[in-house]
Formats: sequence, C-alpha cells, structure tokens
Amino acid sequence: MLGLEPDAWQAVALSLRVSLCATAASLPIGIFVAYALARWEFPGRQALNGIVHLPLILPPVVTGYLLLLTFGRQGPVGAFLEATFGISFAFNWTGAALAAAIMAFPLMVRAIRLSVEAMDPGLEQAAATLGASSIRVFLTITLPLMLPGILTGSILAFAKAMGEFGATITFVSNIPGRTQTLPSAVYAFLQVPGAEGTAIRLVLISVAIAMGALVASEVLARRAARRMGTR
Amino acid sequence: MTLSIRLRHAQSEFELDVDFTTPPGVTALFGHSGAGKTTIVQAVAGLLKPDSGRISIDDALLEDSDRGFWTPPRNRRVGYVFQDGRLFPHMTVLKNLRYGANLAGVRDPAEEDRVVDLLGLSDYLHRYPGTLSGGEKQRVAIGRALLSRPRLLLLDEPLAALDPARREEILPHLERLRDNSGLPILYVSHAPSEVARLATTVVLLERGKVLKLGPASEILSDPQMVPAIGPREAGAILAATVIRHHDDGLSELQTSAGTLLLPAVSAAPGRSLRVRIAAHDVILSREAPKGLSALNILPARVCALRLGDGPGAIVQVETGTDRLLARITRRSVVALGLEPGADCYAIIKSVAVAREDIGRG
Repeated sequence: MLGLEPDAWQAVALSLRVSLCATAASLPIGIFVAYALARWEFPGRQALNGIVHLPLILPPVVTGYLLLLTFGRQGPVGAFLEATFGISFAFNWTGAALAAAIMAFPLMVRAIRLSVEAMDPGLEQAAATLGASSIRVFLTITLPLMLPGILTGSILAFAKAMGEFGATITFVSNIPGRTQTLPSAVYAFLQVPGAEGTAIRLVLISVAIAMGALVASEVLARRAARRMGTR
Repeated sequence: MTLSIRLRHAQSEFELDVDFTTPPGVTALFGHSGAGKTTIVQAVAGLLKPDSGRISIDDALLEDSDRGFWTPPRNRRVGYVFQDGRLFPHMTVLKNLRYGANLAGVRDPAEEDRVVDLLGLSDYLHRYPGTLSGGEKQRVAIGRALLSRPRLLLLDEPLAALDPARREEILPHLERLRDNSGLPILYVSHAPSEVARLATTVVLLERGKVLKLGPASEILSDPQMVPAIGPREAGAILAATVIRHHDDGLSELQTSAGTLLLPAVSAAPGRSLRVRIAAHDVILSREAPKGLSALNILPARVCALRLGDGPGAIVQVETGTDRLLARITRRSVVALGLEPGADCYAIIKSVAVAREDIGRG
C-alpha cells in the first residue's frame, strides 16, 4: 500500500497503537493531577508540579535511561511488575507506550490545568447550593467544563506521543515490529542507503496524522464553544 | 418563618459579629460594600464556615458550632442567587432551571410552568446562557433557585451588575415573587432604591455589626441612620394608593397626608404603592407656599433632626402617618427655627420621583 514496505507499515500501526494507549491510559491521571494542581493546596504541590514537568526539560535520552533503570528487567519497579503481574516494559511496545505517556504528560496536564483555572469555581458552589453532591458537581459541572482542555490536552499528548523518539529508543530500543515506532523507523530508514524514499513517505504520513489530529481538535473545540454561546 | 443568625467571623479588616432574627417577608441586608453582607449570606448557604455561629430556619437547625453541628450546602435547601448569576454555560436555560429540581427528585411540571411564567422565561428555554443578556441571565438564576424548592431564597446583589434599564426589568418580578410566593427572602443590597421597593425588614450593617434592625419604612426614615446609608442616598418611603391618571401625564396618589401628583405611574387605580422620596428632593417651608411650581405640598411636623458635620442637616418630618426625610442646610434649620414639634410644609417636585422609586406596596 502506498508502495510502503511491511516494516514501515508496522511502524505506523505500532505508533498509532502506542500513542492511543499512552494517551488513553494517562488521561485519567492527567485530569486528576491537573485538577489537583489547579485547585488544591497541599504539601508537595510544587514538587509534584516539578516532577510532572521534568520530562519537558530533561534531555529525552536521560528520561529514557531513567525509565530503563526503573522499569527495566533489573529495575526495582520493572522487576516487581514482571514478577507480580507479568507486565514487562523492557524492549516491548508497552515500554514505548510508557515512554510516550511520560514524555507527553506535561503537555496534557498543562492544557487541562488551563481549562480548570479558566473555570469559575463559583459554578461549582452554585451547583452545591442547588443540592449536588461533590461527585455530582464534578461529573455534571467540572468535567464538562474541562472538556475543551481535555480535548486539547489529549490531542497534544497524542501528537507528542506519535513523535516521541529519544526516550523511546533509549528505553525500548528500535526493534522492527516490536518497538520500532514511526520516528524510529524514519531514523532507521535514513541510515540505509537508498531507503530515503520510504523515509520520506513515512514523514508524509507523520505530517498527515499530525495535521489530522490538529484539525480534529479545532473542530471539536469550535463545536464546544458554539454550544456554550459566546463563552 | 423566621431566620435566626448568630455569627462571629474574623475578616481582614474587622470582625463580623451579628446576632439577629428576621420576621417573614423580604429582609434586606443593607450597608456599604464590605460591611459583611455577603459573608452573612455565604454563611447561611454554607459556602463559608464562620469561626463560630448558629443558624436556623424556624425549627430546622443548619449549623451550631457549639455542638459541632454543620450542614453541607447541598443539604441546606437555600436558593442562592449570585450577583453574577452563575448559570452553567454548557447547559440550556431549561437544563439550568431543572438542575436543582432534578437532584431533589421534585420535578413538578406545573411548578416549572409557573416559575417560567412568573419570570417570563418561555422564549429562552432552549438557548444557552452565553447568548442571554445580563437581565435575562439573572431571571434564569432566580428561576433556577426557585425550582430547587428552597426553604429560603438568598439574593446576593442580584441587580448590582445590571444597568438601570435591566434593573427596572427585573424589579417587578422580584416584587411579584415577594407578594406571591410566600418564600422568605434574604436580600443583599447597597442600593437604597432597591431596598425601599422590596424590603419588609431592613438589617442595617456597618463594619460587621448590626446597626439597626426594623421595618423598612422605619429604618429608611430614621435620621440617625443617614450616615450609614449615605446622605445622597437617603430617602423615606411613603405608602400611597393610586386614585386616577390625569390626561396631562400625571398620576394622582393618595397618601396619609394628602394627595401626591407624580409622573404617570403604570399601576391601575386602587393599587397600593410604595414611593421612595429622596431626602434631597424635599423642601421644607414654615408657611404654606404660594405661586410655586412644585405640585406636591404636604402638611408636616418636624419629629427629629440630625445635624451633619458639614453644612447639611437631615430633618425627619411626619406627614400623616408616614415619615419623610428632608436634606437641607443647617443654616435653613436655624433660619426657619425647625425643631421637633414645629409645623411646616414638605414640598416635593413631581418630576423628582423616578420610575425606579415607585414599587408595589
């Protein structure tokens, strides 16, 4: 298809799976952390904020190496997870998803946090005076009003996950069909003489997916804005 | 229904320390910004936990810090109308209206129709709050609070963010609410004209303390309360009944002291009204004036007066069974020999009374 090698297609499919899983799995945590950072005062708030943002400022290779140390077969968490649940991250697509999720997490949290901070806490108070329990307030008021931020955050995270390279290749290497994501594949094809064509096709696919995600987010955001009138 | 409030709460500039019980009807919490009005209302709603206090509606205790008793806002059944409306932007007007009722499981289509009708909301039901004007939003907010079946309605400066025209659009709805719903209302305001139109009882607050509590007509015509209200804002209420409307655009009203001619009033003959007469619109004369353009000359007697620190003075006069306030100069007080018991005439220019000063009695 499109004159692409099976290897290249595998990379595209794997990248999509890795990015979707990374986004979906980190979303609930992202919503929770964003809400906590925006609304709650608790000891260690600044520390949490720092940790969340760390992947944004650390060299990706460093993040990847830290992941390898922690979640690798010999790492404390990795060994525990493998022994207890049989989940293995090292040199596995799940590891690529973990790396992508962690690298994309700051972007997701920032976008959601902005939407929480833009929200008038008075609306939640109003819902409470109308008889809503905390959970109901969250589900009927807070969460729907966070939706634009959640959409933006998810799409940003997805796009970032699609493009993640440094941490992924350090943590789970570049094994075709197993851990070779789209950017790793582009990198690999560029190393092979005469494979630039494949690399360029992959680049175009990558651009198309990114643009598609961006357009989707614009459409959804505009629909949400229209529903809420001028706000 | 009586609402009992005892609160102590340290604030940045002063300590709020109030203890009062309100009779049925509309109770206005009145005072300058920062007098503690909103703090009290928030405490009643449970949105603010006071340092100590006890709040009850009739026999229902809402909180008592001595006994460590506290009811969360969702269980208090108080309808809170915020200054900024606080409509849920992602829900239509109808969904906003039904939010509280759905939660309480008391949705009653007949009641819903009644409230929609009372507040004139039928044209907006399927619109989103973002497309409504400020006045429309406030009406929806009032309807939403009403439909949650509250025991008490809290109106926290619901008109403060609106321009005079929008205010005039909502005030009749509030008057109807007062007269028809039987729901006790705690109304926060710093606008004397609103208080004069709506309140049955006034709680005058100053720096966190209750300065005075009493019937609206009494408090608003008390010269000693003028500094707290503000001399430019002071004005008393006259009870009046519409007699007839004249062809020249004036309406004739009966008061306890005589007839009053005012610019066309919209109410039908026989209706009772409350008319707010601003203190600076009243002229006093010792003799019955002749050849004067002012149409309203009511016989009066000086009851009390309060000399200001500056050149001004506030004179309270009795006209029939009502009391008026006149803001004049200290010089005139001396020149006319105005002292308690002195007979005089109160002169009111018809055109000085604006539409916003006239409310349903």
